[in-house]
Amino acid sequence: MQRIGVSKRIGNIKFAILSPDEIRRMSAVKVISADTYDDDGYPIDRGLMDTRMGVIEPGLRCKTCNGRVDECPGHFGHIDLAMPVIHIGYVKEIKKFLQHTCSICGRVLLSEDEIRMVTEMKTRHEVFGERADFVSLLRALRIEPRQICPHCKAEQKKITLDKPTTFRENGVKITPKDIRDRLERIPTEDLAILGMNPETARPEWLVLTALPVPPVTVRPSITLESGDRSEDDLTHKLVDVLRINQRLRENRDIGAPQLIVEDLWELLQYHVTTYFDNQTSGIPPARHRSGRPLKTLVQRLKGKEGRFRSNLSGKRVNFSARTVISPDPNLGITEVGVPEEAARELTVPLYVTTFNVEVAKEFVSRGPNPQNVDGKYVPGANYVISPEGRRIKITEKNKANLLEQVGPGWIVERQLMDGDICLFNRQPSLHRMSMLCHEVRVMPHKTFRFNLCLCPPYNADFDGDEMNLHVMQSEEARAEAKILMRTHEHILSPRFGAPIIGPIHDHITGSFLLTYKNPQFTREDVNFIFMRMPETPIPAPDVEKGGEIWYGKSLFSIVLPPDLNLTFKASICQKCDECRKEKCDIDAYVKIKDGKLVCGAIDGKGIAVGKGKILDKIARDYGTLAAKEFLEKVTRLAIGVITLRGFTTGISDEDIPEDAKNEIRKVLENGKKEVNDLVSKYLNGTLELLPGRSLEETLEVEVMRVLGKARDEAGKIAGKYLGIGNSAVLMAKSGARGNMLNLTQMSAALGQQAVRGERLFRGYYMRTLPHFKKGDLGAEARGFVESSYKSGLKPTEYFFHSMGGRESLVDTAVRTSRSGYMQRRLINALEDLKVMEDRSVRNTAGTIIQFRYGEDGVDPGRSVQGNAIDAVDMFVELLGGKEKKTLEELGEIETGALNYGEVDRDILFAEEDLEIEEEEGEEEYEEYEEESEREGD
Amino acid sequence: MAEFNIFEHEYVPEHYLVDREEEKAILKQLNLTKDQLPRIKKTDAAIVALETITGEIEPGRIIKIVRRSRTAGVFVAYRVVVV
Repeated sequence: MQRIGVSKRIGNIKFAILSPDEIRRMSAVKVISADTYDDDGYPIDRGLMDTRMGVIEPGLRCKTCNGRVDECPGHFGHIDLAMPVIHIGYVKEIKKFLQHTCSICGRVLLSEDEIRMVTEMKTRHEVFGERADFVSLLRALRIEPRQICPHCKAEQKKITLDKPTTFRENGVKITPKDIRDRLERIPTEDLAILGMNPETARPEWLVLTALPVPPVTVRPSITLESGDRSEDDLTHKLVDVLRINQRLRENRDIGAPQLIVEDLWELLQYHVTTYFDNQTSGIPPARHRSGRPLKTLVQRLKGKEGRFRSNLSGKRVNFSARTVISPDPNLGITEVGVPEEAARELTVPLYVTTFNVEVAKEFVSRGPNPQNVDGKYVPGANYVISPEGRRIKITEKNKANLLEQVGPGWIVERQLMDGDICLFNRQPSLHRMSMLCHEVRVMPHKTFRFNLCLCPPYNADFDGDEMNLHVMQSEEARAEAKILMRTHEHILSPRFGAPIIGPIHDHITGSFLLTYKNPQFTREDVNFIFMRMPETPIPAPDVEKGGEIWYGKSLFSIVLPPDLNLTFKASICQKCDECRKEKCDIDAYVKIKDGKLVCGAIDGKGIAVGKGKILDKIARDYGTLAAKEFLEKVTRLAIGVITLRGFTTGISDEDIPEDAKNEIRKVLENGKKEVNDLVSKYLNGTLELLPGRSLEETLEVEVMRVLGKARDEAGKIAGKYLGIGNSAVLMAKSGARGNMLNLTQMSAALGQQAVRGERLFRGYYMRTLPHFKKGDLGAEARGFVESSYKSGLKPTEYFFHSMGGRESLVDTAVRTSRSGYMQRRLINALEDLKVMEDRSVRNTAGTIIQFRYGEDGVDPGRSVQGNAIDAVDMFVELLGGKEKKTLEELGEIETGALNYGEVDRDILFAEEDLEIEEEEGEEEYEEYEEESEREGD
Repeated sequence: MAEFNIFEHEYVPEHYLVDREEEKAILKQLNLTKDQLPRIKKTDAAIVALETITGEIEPGRIIKIVRRSRTAGVFVAYRVVVV
């Protein structure tokens, strides 16, 4: 039974500063010798490896707790410093204390009145649970720093910090000893106002007089194969501290010249500083003999390889594999192709019972590297685990012996075989579809392979992407994955309630070619297409006399469920004012009646990810398994068709005739002229102001509008000459890849380049480039590009394009890192929430987060664009054909599922714009990791 | 300055003080203990305003909040008053 309620609650946490006294009290030994081991390899008494600080070698006992290696937790020791040194972590605080207290009497440099004001403000902040920093309080109250102590009237000198650890008073150095004396003088009553808790700390403790020495267990030395000892970096650093400390003490005691003592003192400061943080700016990092910088305390904790991110937040697993991915359209969408080499290493535990003992023994007898007669992969076994828990590797030698022993109670670690359940994942795992459950197909070669329909959920392509595979080890895990994480259970995305697994690119082009204007196919063609779908019988030809003929639409119909009814408008629809329905000139009105495609072309709107209506309807009404089958069939069919016909696109697809070029030139010329008119109107003051805009703004808005129009017109002209017979146009129109704007830019004109949504204006004084006159406001001078990618850009245009391009590059870089970091923080906040049986959302303590999930209790993954049911669709289905017409006439609905599977383009495809940045993706990720860390610290 | 009744503002949901007798039934219906309820501070502007109607509201009382919801139309939530 689950425990409800808080089982343990943290009462309070106290942060304090170690006092020298406390350091000595918790110390098990005062370390005085810089040596570690004697000639016999025994730790030197009162040395850095003194056994009072714990033991790391087996056989020895700790002198403090008498524990052996794994029993003794280790104990702190300490070093008494000959002279005090600044603690590098507290430099900021020391500076604050010195600057705001009197150098003579130690009181805070405020009058009694001001003290009262600041205290009052501070408590007021604290009531609201906010921390109030002393300096910001002063600023808020407009209290200026004083030059004369209001208490003892002593004149104050200016304290500056010479980074990292030198303090100066009017430019004269003050020693840590003086600093410590001053801090000691600060009365305890003044501490609270300065932001220090007087119950837990004193300012003089910020200057070290005793240094804690961490237990040996924190800095174990390792014995190399050659027998040499190698000490930990911390130990090395402590040796340095001890040596200099010793020399400093001797020199001071014999009354050496002030200069020498000061030098040594500074050296001690350096060593203590680098002992804490070896990356302090302003001082060279301490190095190992080999030249490698030492990894000291701060370096142990900080960064990606630090304790927090690497050891505490980072977890590593066994039974996993990682390799490059590649596509395989012949695999089902639930499968993943696993290389044989990986399959040999990854194992599944087989718990031997009386029922499967023969099977288990068969695996053991095969050994670790079995093959069948053709040299093909056969799963074997790598290890057996005895009932006592002993793990024995299976070898050719001990195979026979093990075979006799293995029986109920043993575990055989069997190699991966076809049908095994595993998890497949691609980072960054931003949504739950980033990790899905697949069935293994062991295959030759070295990459993971999967069906192309799974590219969108993983956001994967094959330009070198790698993915991870995890093999589950328990029956429960397998069952859970199989029920909850199967690929087809995630066809509908909870992100937007539309398919996220589905046909892409060529699949869409293929099905479009198959259905658009209903082409004919011969027996030979049909055989070619259907050879890749052996489980689907070839239908009877549509026309038999005078040669067998199949129509594209009837070929497509065989992948549809027999009772499917659906009408919608295809992606190629031109949104005519009055829809001609079935008589559409461009075959854009799709109608499916009783599982037969009556009219229309199947393109993006029909099957694509994020908007495919057929796919969406099947997944919803016929179940996820039917959707899986539909997907597999329709993609194979589409690939068959596109392979049969052949499909290619190239630079010549953007060729337009000379006439068109002239027409475009004329349109752009007119646009520029219009801009010139606007500019002259602006200059002689006859430009009519737009409401709420200044003169300059009006000009810019108008110019942008005119040039935008010119570009669109140019695009239209180009489009006139580029028909659907053009491969690039076909892809854009059918929604397979690209859009008409891309084509316009390639064949007609790039159009206005912009930075921050405005025409370009930066660069030289009063002009963008030296090619133009100062103050030129014309189209060309402000970043209008009239060339196309095909024709090539003029030098000035090239610069303008780079400026616009740079902005979008920076934008996406910033956006991805920012949103990534936001997502990370959101997930950290939500990670332990779950939806309970009563549909309430609770955390692990059982506290309510939401009384009902999403307030309406609807699972977005099963919703219709966020609505629990699609009422229109239900009416249509219940009422049937006739009433549908009546409803239509009433003007209440269109037809069929009103907005089935339709999603605003930008929700899903905003991501597509980011693709260029793929390569830099990794870096960006790092970037926000860095950022989050700073936050964490 | 004239006092403004915050409950008249469009964005402030309705707050009701739950009767002591009803508390048990509500907690049972939600399968909750009081400490698992979301909280609302006694100093919260809505509680201060509510107190002008109901009189002093001690910590531990349950507040019923009825608000408009984009997904569910009207949504009822409960909060427990804390210091």
